[in-house]
Amino acid sequence: MSTARSERGKSTTGEDAAGRRTTGRNGTVRLNWRTRLRRDRTLLLMTVPAVVLLLVFNYAPLFGLVTAFQYYDPLVGVRDSEWAGLAQFQQLFHDPLFWGALKNTLWLSLVQLVLFFPVPIALALLLNTVLSERLRNFIQSVVYLPHFFSWVLAITIFQQMLGGAGILNHFLRQNDMAPWDITTNPHTFALLVTSQAIWKEAGWGIIVFLAALAAISTELYEAAAADGAGRWRRMWHITLPGLRGVIVLMLVLRLGNALTVGFEQFLIQREAVGHESADVLDTFSFYYGIATGNYSFGAAAGLFKSVISLLLIWGANKLAHAFGEDGLYRR
Amino acid sequence: MSQTPTTVREGAAQPAPAAPAPRPARTGRPRARAGRAPWEEPPTVIGQGAKGITLAGVIAAVAVPLWIIGLTSVSTPGAVNRAGGLVIWPDGVTFDAYRQMLGDGTVRTALMVSFAITVVGTVVSMVVSVMAAYGLSRSESFAHRPILTLLIVTMFVSGGLIPTFLVVTGLGGYDQWWSLILPSAVSVFNILVLRSFYSTTSADLIDAARIDGAGDWRILWSVVLPTSRAVTAVIALFYAVGYWNSFFNVMLYMPTSAEKWPLQYVLLTYVNRGNGLPGSVNSGFGAANAQTAPLTLQMAVVVLTLVPLLLVYPFMQKHFRTGVLTGAIKG
Repeated sequence: MSTARSERGKSTTGEDAAGRRTTGRNGTVRLNWRTRLRRDRTLLLMTVPAVVLLLVFNYAPLFGLVTAFQYYDPLVGVRDSEWAGLAQFQQLFHDPLFWGALKNTLWLSLVQLVLFFPVPIALALLLNTVLSERLRNFIQSVVYLPHFFSWVLAITIFQQMLGGAGILNHFLRQNDMAPWDITTNPHTFALLVTSQAIWKEAGWGIIVFLAALAAISTELYEAAAADGAGRWRRMWHITLPGLRGVIVLMLVLRLGNALTVGFEQFLIQREAVGHESADVLDTFSFYYGIATGNYSFGAAAGLFKSVISLLLIWGANKLAHAFGEDGLYRR
Repeated sequence: MSQTPTTVREGAAQPAPAAPAPRPARTGRPRARAGRAPWEEPPTVIGQGAKGITLAGVIAAVAVPLWIIGLTSVSTPGAVNRAGGLVIWPDGVTFDAYRQMLGDGTVRTALMVSFAITVVGTVVSMVVSVMAAYGLSRSESFAHRPILTLLIVTMFVSGGLIPTFLVVTGLGGYDQWWSLILPSAVSVFNILVLRSFYSTTSADLIDAARIDGAGDWRILWSVVLPTSRAVTAVIALFYAVGYWNSFFNVMLYMPTSAEKWPLQYVLLTYVNRGNGLPGSVNSGFGAANAQTAPLTLQMAVVVLTLVPLLLVYPFMQKHFRTGVLTGAIKG
């Protein structure tokens, strides 16, 4: 077991404590590493399945990233495929489809930031003013529900409601109005996916804000009210500052994930609206990598996205620190 | 939404502590106030009205589509014809669509495949995660820090889509059942949640069990698991929902074997994309030219993917609320 070779715990004391399983683990005696290994072998054994699965399905693919620098041929394998240097990346950067996907990704990210991001905050503020606990619990139950739907299900529901044969257009036709099919219109696709995201995830998104709201001391409100602050001033001077930390954290996460706008959502609807508006970076690697068998090209696109994403997360954290907040990790 | 502005229910947030029945189900998010505080202004009519309309709209956005789809799935062909599509008001109810669908064919197979994947996948994920979480939960245990790091790193860097695809297919996973389960069997996040609960299990309790001669397996099974039942259940349900909802790995690893498709993929192909159902389900509608299945059947498929979620949802909800506190030491 490779995990047994730890750098830690090489202190040489404690041969007398060997085998003291009952108190050794949180006792102060520092045990010899062999003793600790023998004592904890069952615990180590328990972690083996998870470690093996992660090594195979998460760490091995990391090494598989070398295919981005190759002309990978599945018939000869990674080891014997011809090296390409940066040729795949050159091809990528000369591909108008790639720039189209990048543009779509950034545009969708912006639209989601503007239209999606404030919704859970507003909803949480609204819900927080509902006094009846039963009503509050009921509303929470309802708005959390779509989070557990698959994208296939959510999009099918949207299709049935707003699609060409859906309820909305049926109603429009019945009343002699022009049909309006948002589900196949590439020009309004950003609005469509954002409204789907709001429908499915905004309710779930309120959890963190509700927790933050519950943590704000009632005494603050009471003191402010005694000083004559009305409900809007209380919201501005107490509630919003109380939410500031969570809002900044969520904003940092959103900015750090600016290149991740959803995957299955686009995969499912690409046929309906066409690739010009539905291709984002994640689906780009799928369609131009796996579906065409051009694995190295797709891997290069994926690697590009991962590297930029890591930079974005790092940058967003710097930004959070500049605001005096913790962000994803502390300074 | 009428509230008498003067109602001040002091201490009404919690049931009286004298109540003998230990019901952890009511330990929700701690709320500072349950009634309108004396210093708060009475609500304005416009404010209350706007609030009520907004919240009713939010609930309708979730409930109305589900109602329409559910109703259409149990409507008679006549009702669907009269409505010209989806049915909004009850007008002739029949369970023919379900009878037809479950009687034979693609959907029934898909349903069984979905159940099998969900059950087997959840068992695999839970066994692996619970073992790893307990194995890493004892402070001072040998090498738990480096193993934990190994796990956490995978949350931030991944090889991406194509290298993972190449690893799975390289291991012979194409068209194999295991490729739908093993690559995503471990959620490090879930392990961390479980671990944080398991490490709060009383050290005294564990030491007592150890003195009684229990080994780590025994302690996990008889001490740790029973004291953290709620969190274990909620994590299991999250895994189960994940397996039930998954469709992309089917698209990747078995896109051509229609007889192995789970329900989500059937929903995507035959409802969302409107392809004809093969086999006997719509044989009455001319399987040769594979027409789109009738609307009631399509909606019945939607309902089938939905119903298991709705069935487990109340349990998950209960555990959202209780799970947070149940990890605390008992005894």
